[in-house]
Amino acid sequence: MKPATKLLAAAAAVLVGTAGAASAQTLDKVKKQGNLSCGVNVGLAGFSAPDDKGNWTGLDADYCRAVAAAVLGDATKVRFVPTTAKERFTALQSGEIDVLIRNTTWTLGRDSSLGLSFVGTNYYDGQGMMVKKSLGVKSATELSGATVCVQTGTTTELNLADYFRVNKLDYKPVVFEKADETLTAYQAGRCDVYTTDASGLYAQRLQLQNPDEHIVLPEIISKEPLGPSVRQGDSQWFTIVRWVHFALLNAEEAGITKANVDQMLNSTNPDIRRILGKEGEFGKGIGLGSDWAYQIIKQVGNYGEIFDKNVGAGSRINIARGQNNLWSKGGLQYAPPIR
Amino acid sequence: MTSTTAEMRPPRSEVGVIGWLRKNLFSSPTNALLTVIGIWLIWTVVSNVVDWALLHATWEGEDGKACSREGAGACWPFIQAKFSQFMYGRYPEPQRWRVDLTYVLAVIGLVPLMIPRFPGKLVNTLYMIVIFPIAAFLLLSGGYFGLPYIPTELWGGLLVTLVVASVGIAGAFPLGIMLALGRRSRMPIVRWVSVGFIELVRGVPLITVLFMASVMLPLFLPEGMTIDKLLRALIMVALFAAAYLAEVIRGGLQAIPRGQFEAADALGLTYAQKMGLIVLPQALKLVIPGIVNTFIGLFKDTSLVLIIGIFDLLGIVQLNQTDSKWFSHATAMTGYVFAGLIFWIFCFGMSRYSLFIERRLAASDRR
Amino acid sequence: MTATTNRPAPGPITPPAKPNLLYRPEFRQAVYQVLLVVCLLFAFWTIANNVADNLARQNIASGFGFWNRTSGFDISQSLIPYSNQSTYGQAFWAGLLNTLLVAVIGIVFATVLGFLVGIGRLSSNWLIARICGAYVELLRNVPLLLQLFFWYFAVLKNLPGPRQSIALPFGASLNVRGLYLPAPVPEPGFGAVLTALGIGIVLSIAVAIWARRRQRATGERFPVLWTTLALVLLLPGAVYIALGQPLSFQYPVLRGFNFQGGIAVLPELMALLVGLSTYTASFIAEIVRAGIAGVPRGQREAANALGLSSGLTMRLVILPQALRIIIPPLTSQYLNLTKNSSLAVAIGYPDFVSVFTGTVLNQTGQAVEVILLTMLVFLTISLITSAFMNWFNKHIALVER
Repeated sequence: MKPATKLLAAAAAVLVGTAGAASAQTLDKVKKQGNLSCGVNVGLAGFSAPDDKGNWTGLDADYCRAVAAAVLGDATKVRFVPTTAKERFTALQSGEIDVLIRNTTWTLGRDSSLGLSFVGTNYYDGQGMMVKKSLGVKSATELSGATVCVQTGTTTELNLADYFRVNKLDYKPVVFEKADETLTAYQAGRCDVYTTDASGLYAQRLQLQNPDEHIVLPEIISKEPLGPSVRQGDSQWFTIVRWVHFALLNAEEAGITKANVDQMLNSTNPDIRRILGKEGEFGKGIGLGSDWAYQIIKQVGNYGEIFDKNVGAGSRINIARGQNNLWSKGGLQYAPPIR
Repeated sequence: MTSTTAEMRPPRSEVGVIGWLRKNLFSSPTNALLTVIGIWLIWTVVSNVVDWALLHATWEGEDGKACSREGAGACWPFIQAKFSQFMYGRYPEPQRWRVDLTYVLAVIGLVPLMIPRFPGKLVNTLYMIVIFPIAAFLLLSGGYFGLPYIPTELWGGLLVTLVVASVGIAGAFPLGIMLALGRRSRMPIVRWVSVGFIELVRGVPLITVLFMASVMLPLFLPEGMTIDKLLRALIMVALFAAAYLAEVIRGGLQAIPRGQFEAADALGLTYAQKMGLIVLPQALKLVIPGIVNTFIGLFKDTSLVLIIGIFDLLGIVQLNQTDSKWFSHATAMTGYVFAGLIFWIFCFGMSRYSLFIERRLAASDRR
Repeated sequence: MTATTNRPAPGPITPPAKPNLLYRPEFRQAVYQVLLVVCLLFAFWTIANNVADNLARQNIASGFGFWNRTSGFDISQSLIPYSNQSTYGQAFWAGLLNTLLVAVIGIVFATVLGFLVGIGRLSSNWLIARICGAYVELLRNVPLLLQLFFWYFAVLKNLPGPRQSIALPFGASLNVRGLYLPAPVPEPGFGAVLTALGIGIVLSIAVAIWARRRQRATGERFPVLWTTLALVLLLPGAVYIALGQPLSFQYPVLRGFNFQGGIAVLPELMALLVGLSTYTASFIAEIVRAGIAGVPRGQREAANALGLSSGLTMRLVILPQALRIIIPPLTSQYLNLTKNSSLAVAIGYPDFVSVFTGTVLNQTGQAVEVILLTMLVFLTISLITSAFMNWFNKHIALVER
């Protein structure tokens, strides 16, 4: 039975990831494993969704790749772990995933009682509502008595209750476990209103049979800063993921793109030289190679490129940059300098 | 004593087609009414099904637009376009031969095992419980012998349904036997533990057990240790099935005459010998139909894993219904009917097999 | 795991030298059991330790403090007053009641349908027997979850929007948002009608007992059915009319997006009930068939010989005996239906699992507490149902003379 025992051990090793201790050593664990376990949405167009061949695309998926590029030098070394709204936090807490990048809203409650830390905001969002044009509704304040389809386990569900309570409007929620089911029910006429983060509304509107028959109401009823989160207590890993985000923003600000990054290596601009690791030892300071940011930009692109490709002008979803523009262009995305 | 009456033909109204009709369909006014209602029922169902599935169905098309016309029936091109996804999920296309090969290996082992007359049951069983699982694991998961590693997140469709159901029942088997024996044990603590486990598991819905697998089990493990999500679901499904299987096997154990136990004791056999060589072979044979029925139940229940985000056949069908390219009012229904048909073929086949074994057992009892 | 040793064959009268302690079955059994307990305790201890460790290390909240906190979310159907300012504890009860509602109605439907189909399978009418057989084979071989999706989708697809509602008799209407029924609103004096109804029920039970005794003593029959109907329907009816009809109805009216007022039956509830009861009925039908087949042939023949019609034979002779075979497996089907109602989570009906194990778990993030409570609830339901059915089973068995 010796070969069998060996095989069993092998099987166990494959299926039961023996991750190193979760706290403080996520970086070592990722390096040892040779890939990054990244928790993403099971399917939200524009953020993370698998295509027919199983390749993950979207803003969040590209963030996973950026972290892998920075840490491992190879953006393809990502193991995408699709998680439902319910299990996402447990997956992170238990160490099944190294980082959760799954359109998750940053709130005090989650920072304090779920054992996770948000590293920043990779998408400034707000909750919106979509209705059929034929209803003739122009504003959310006309929605008294409406039936609303909403996904369970989200801040959306709570904001919805708050909004209708504050405006003294009456409504009926219909709650589903997954985004797909929610949208299907809305489309079948079960609800008057479909509510979720505005980005999700724009993305999912395209999944409807006749997107033009539906409008997104102008009201944004909440603040939804979506961002990556890591386990509490590992400040090194926290810093790395946070600065991957900042590097993406700094690269855009400095005009470094996927296409020109190699020429930029010869730039004399000290800002650019610092970002690309030509000056200073910033990579080493956070436990990475000095070319960490170069790898990110070379393999994935800067924030603007990722945004455009997945949700912005270069995609079918076509959401305006708006709040997600750089601070220098009237948006909220602001990164501390690399120096 | 010879009959003196001349042989008379029975009246025409009692034989032939008319006689059959009278006897079976129109024996009384109530029966006649029931027959009429029955015919109406069949007509309504059959005509609607034929209309939907054949007459008004869409047979060709590149996307959902073809199926979007008014009063359209089934949207078959959707099934055609997505068929390989329904079967393999997102398993990489160039590697799909590995799944097919696994199926072939399974059929090679299963078919002779299921035919009672086929010789070599011992070798066959050994193949199915030792060689096949290892081969299947190596083939499907890969990572050895130059086969690329395929993470379980990419598995899907019918593949996952079959994997969950068969691994579930295989894992449940040894535990189910132990629990059944434990429940009949003379040792009170062993008995209580077995009864407690069986009743606890049978008292809660599978879905809460699966939720437990997805959000609670990870917290049970020591720091830094994680288990693959599909494996977690498999463990829970196996534990769940074990409790049901234990009750089936207990029924078989109870049916074994006392004399068998006593004879084994008289021969001085140890407990393991007594159970393994005398009692269990007889008991298990008796409850094959019950085991098959448990398996059918488990096979149907695998569809619940879609709720925790694992894409089995039903899950992947549902996922593809939201594909905007294929959206039409007929698509979703077509998907459900297709998935239902596949499940039905498997379950109905198994239930017929169980019936066949039951009849055989009954026949051998009569001898 | 563990194994028992056999009791040695009854020993000879003079036992040989005292056997080694290891070979004494009592001792070995004790050792095995102690080992089992130690293993289990160790496993529990490890798990508890890991959980506590994980929760503490990652600063995850624990305990049942959330119970009295404001929930902040709404539930589309609640049998108790509930709003988003209620507590998580109230959400727990709202969800639990919704589950019980589905279970009770579903059990009634499934039993009726199941008995009809089961008896139909044994019908002398060839066509009916075949139709019932096809029903059973079709429904029990397809996953319930798939059937629920199917029904939910069929319900949503075939019902019109609120503005094109189908008007039903008595001011009810049906649309994609649900079935809207007029809600009875009791006015002062309605209590008297209810009291009359109560008195009627008590009296009719008394009459039934008296009639039974009399029939046993004298063989004379008493029209129990008619007196019962009169007592239960006419008595409260008379009081109702005498008091000037102290009950009004609130009719649902289309206002804004939807019907307001009245009683709303959600489409999710309809789909869930149809799915659960047709599916469970296919199993009950098989149980009923087996139960009837289990009644000895002679009973039917004797009833025929007495000249009972086939309907009477079924009602008075076959079914009462078959029930004794039917009840135990029927109990487990009832439990299955209750457990299966948790699939409501997939089609958006706010049952216990959806509200508590879904939304509450998500909003609080306290998986361990919530899931343990969920299991406890289902265990309790299951124990209570089993206890009741066992009592009922005994009651029926006593009829045997």
